Amino acid sequence: MGSFIVRRLIQTLLVTLALSFVSYSLMGLMPGDPLDIACQANPHCTPENLVTMKKTLGLDQPVYVRYGKWLAGIAQGDLGYSRTYRLPVTQILGPRLVNTLFLSGTSLLLSLVIAIPLGVFTSLRPNSKFDYSLNMFAFAGISIPAFWLGLMLIIVFAVKLNWLPAGGTETVGLDAEMGLFEAAFDRLKYLILPVTSLSLLTIAFWVRYTRAKMIETMRHDYVRTARAKGLSEQRVIYMHGLRNALIPVVTVVALGISGIFSGAVITETVFAYQGAGKLIFDSILANDYNVAMCSFIITSFLVLFMNLIADVAYAYLDPRISYA
Amino acid sequence: MSSNATLAVAAHAVSPVEAKDPRAKSMVRIAFEQLLEHRIAVLSLGVIALFCGIAVFADVIAWAMNLDPNAQDILNRYGEFSREHWLGTDEAGRDVLIRLVYGTRVSLAVALLTTVSATIIGITVGSVAGYFGGFIDTVLMRVTDSLLALPTIPVLIIMASIDFTKIPWLGGVVPSDMVSIVKMVLVLMVFSWMTQARLVRGEVLANKDLEFVLAARTSGLSSGAIILKELLPNVLSPVIVSVTLSVGSAILYEAALSFLGLGIQPPTPSWGNMLNNAQELIYSAPWLAVIPGILILIVVMAFNFLGDGLQDALDPKAIKR
Repeated sequence: MGSFIVRRLIQTLLVTLALSFVSYSLMGLMPGDPLDIACQANPHCTPENLVTMKKTLGLDQPVYVRYGKWLAGIAQGDLGYSRTYRLPVTQILGPRLVNTLFLSGTSLLLSLVIAIPLGVFTSLRPNSKFDYSLNMFAFAGISIPAFWLGLMLIIVFAVKLNWLPAGGTETVGLDAEMGLFEAAFDRLKYLILPVTSLSLLTIAFWVRYTRAKMIETMRHDYVRTARAKGLSEQRVIYMHGLRNALIPVVTVVALGISGIFSGAVITETVFAYQGAGKLIFDSILANDYNVAMCSFIITSFLVLFMNLIADVAYAYLDPRISYA
Repeated sequence: MSSNATLAVAAHAVSPVEAKDPRAKSMVRIAFEQLLEHRIAVLSLGVIALFCGIAVFADVIAWAMNLDPNAQDILNRYGEFSREHWLGTDEAGRDVLIRLVYGTRVSLAVALLTTVSATIIGITVGSVAGYFGGFIDTVLMRVTDSLLALPTIPVLIIMASIDFTKIPWLGGVVPSDMVSIVKMVLVLMVFSWMTQARLVRGEVLANKDLEFVLAARTSGLSSGAIILKELLPNVLSPVIVSVTLSVGSAILYEAALSFLGLGIQPPTPSWGNMLNNAQELIYSAPWLAVIPGILILIVVMAFNFLGDGLQDALDPKAIKR
């Protein structure tokens, strides 16, 4: 088990490294060069100046040399400087990541609490009316474009009904004197719509999966044995059925975390929620490469790391699997 | 959709021995009859056929209705539903209905091309990894797993924001109005072959040591021929299901990227980029934000239901008779 974790950890780091190199090279292929833009804004800048500037900044060197330097900087904790925010990247990224973790965490928790009980409940009444409608709902949930769902929620609950804010993270210009409880309530108001739009897909997916796995598990011989022993139906379902059915669900939940993080980019953009995902998107549009690179790579690393944790949890939960 | 044809191929693969008894049903028949029993799947097939028809005959529709998807009418921005403009007009006074028709063509074409090319990559990678095993398998599967583990949307955003005209060999080949479409297909393709690869590898691994493969090898068939003629036919039914489902997700990804302004570039309409200025639409013309999304929802749902129906129909274990 120990060596398995080490191996997976090394693999995760290697993938992150490869990803950072690929995205570093791709940044050079994006439209708009920050130096060209700066030069165009300055009437005293001649093409010769531009060449000299690129030379002094080392931009005439091949990609791998520049990447090496950039990586060395990262290793020393220097994530670079943001062109648009005029701040070191570390200062911008920190609070944004906290916001994203907040959004994704809430969505994950909500999805788990709703999807798994619902999946188990409906699996015990296969082909009932409830099961049928839930199945329809789940299909709609996996087929709906998340950004569009967000737009619809805004139209209904923010524009027409005016119940909730259309976007943002917290009320701007709020007094610092406001109590902790009020501040939390304010944040919550801004979270409701994004979390709803982010969770629906996950819930739909997990309900279907939990239901399928639960029905499959309840067909096993050991469930029949448990019934034959005269155990109560409750005990059969929860101790013998559910516990076994949940093992594969763990993997799917872990993949779902990646999905939530990924979907958060779109949700954050639709709701103007100040998270790391919106930061990736905004900084790419603004040619702010340092910010784009760091927020992208850190987000990806977090996702890869959560996948690793899920793999370990899976190996731990299912004694039939050994990762010697 | 030539779903009958694909079904036929699949079922042919499953039954190498043709039935002589006239009363006996071929696997194609059984699979098709099973699919017909799945009412929602049949309905979905109809919906998909309808939208494919719209996509193919977009020019005819435009001609019949005497509408041009790019004709602007600045005096008639956000026009109401009317006799000339059944679904109103957009921010440039263009007819929404005909733009939706052409958007259908673009969105479906991108999704289908993506899926077809991704499936070819997936089948190749999966069968090579599964058949040859060893070092090739390890390398290919590590790459597959790594790509699968990445957060899709951020990666797609990075990829889609590349200026493809900066890539020398690509910039010259593609006509300028097609660049964003080609780019979208390439970008989505790179990140959608992994599921198929895993699926194919699993099936190839399960079958490659069975007697019929051994027989083929003994009779002197080359590795390539064994993969193509003996192993792949057995994988077809799960692959068909997975392909159907991935058309749906390709539509969703294209829509999301186009919505963000990184996918299909205007003036070419796609369902996603018609929602591009949705933040403005929400207040000025909410129905314009509603309609393209409903089309996406309907078509993606149809592909998902069809995939579900095909899964039941093609799974030999699920056959009731």
